[in-house]
Amino acid sequence: MSVGTMLMQLGKGMLSTAGIFFLTLLFSLPLGLIVCFGRMSKDGIIRGISKFYISIMRGTPLMLQLLVVYFAPYYLFGANLRGYRFPAIILAFSINYAAYFAEIYRGGIESIAVGQYEAAKVLGYNKAQTFFLIILPQVIKRIMPSITNETITLVKDTSLAFVLAHAEMFTMAKQIAAKDTSMVPLMIAGLFYFIFNFLVAFAMERIEKAMDYYK
Amino acid sequence: MAAEILLEIYHMSKGFDDLDVIRDISLSVRKGEVVSIIGPSGSGKSTLLRCATMLEKMDGGELVYLGEKAAWEEDGRCVYAPKQELKEIQKYFGLVFQNFNLFPHYNVMRNIIDAPMRVDGVPKEEAIMRAERLLDQLGLSDKAYAYPYQLSGGQQQRVSIARALALQPQILFFDEPTSALDPELTGEVLKVIKQLAKEHMTMIIVTHEMQFARELSDRIIFMDQGIIQAQGTPEEIFSSDKERVREFIGKFQA
Repeated sequence: MSVGTMLMQLGKGMLSTAGIFFLTLLFSLPLGLIVCFGRMSKDGIIRGISKFYISIMRGTPLMLQLLVVYFAPYYLFGANLRGYRFPAIILAFSINYAAYFAEIYRGGIESIAVGQYEAAKVLGYNKAQTFFLIILPQVIKRIMPSITNETITLVKDTSLAFVLAHAEMFTMAKQIAAKDTSMVPLMIAGLFYFIFNFLVAFAMERIEKAMDYYK
Repeated sequence: MAAEILLEIYHMSKGFDDLDVIRDISLSVRKGEVVSIIGPSGSGKSTLLRCATMLEKMDGGELVYLGEKAAWEEDGRCVYAPKQELKEIQKYFGLVFQNFNLFPHYNVMRNIIDAPMRVDGVPKEEAIMRAERLLDQLGLSDKAYAYPYQLSGGQQQRVSIARALALQPQILFFDEPTSALDPELTGEVLKVIKQLAKEHMTMIIVTHEMQFARELSDRIIFMDQGIIQAQGTPEEIFSSDKERVREFIGKFQA
């Protein structure tokens, strides 16, 4: 296979990888906040459920979670879902990353001085205003480095989607490598991941810089 | 001269775990009065202030602002007014913290106008006008668009006073407003408080600045071990024959 065709095919895989990446972020970032609220809830049951959820998500391999999410509808309900492969991947990635993000949020929220809440209360802000206007912006600034870390890991984790035989970049690279008995596609895939992450790190750095106007 | 009573506290008590921090404190403050609360660390001064401003819940007693009950006792338990009423009562007072607690991501102007706009629905133009007047009064006009981290402690504390005043409270509480400042910066904050006293702002100030309390206060309250041990005019307190009061004040005059 010519390098041109190889690049074309890997490029398609790359698009799919980017799709998994962006959709996972889109769902897991807000979902993580909800899990975080549960984890910090005053209600012991909600807190317990959230803790259990986080420990399962962090305590088992993502690859296994992908398989479980994909095959569960069939084995539990005998449901044969058409076109479920890609949604299953997004779902599995999202619920897994939400658990990690939840803990990052929690660390950030707990690092904000209690005086910020007290000042907001005395000034008459309600709870939602206090959280979204006063606390959350400061939390986001503080957790950006950890979020960047997690995001970069996500770029590389997308390759796990190969267990569901989804045609993302890594799957493609492996197939071509097997067919052509060549290392080249794998090298190119590695380069793709590296460039992708380079861009992600660059974007995150810009976001961090944009929040540099205060300390 | 029977000025309107703004704040009444009856038999306030508050404990943390097994420790009684406040034991049976009653106190009322008239409009225009400047009251200083002094006393050793752990005497319950700050807790009194935090209960009065509803940052802490009292265990027992009654709390009344301008005749409106915020909390009272029922069957030996302290109950608070419904949330909506408390929100209204909360507007009667402002609080200046020891370590300012400005919002670091807001500039000075936004720190001052945000609450009036969002909480009281003051139009932006008016909120800005109010803020500019306050900043001018507190000598901070050139800092309107600075961020808190760019200001000295004294400037930050003056901004936080402006932030509290922008909501036009009837009573302003100060919780050791100069304890986080060096002597030079302390001076500029005390000057602002004195200026407010001249304008007959009703103030309750927890402080360690004895000389300041003496000059400024209409009344000084000396607290120790969770109760009011003595209160009176500065002359009365500074010439008190109570041993505990003399001992405490003596330390500051040495």
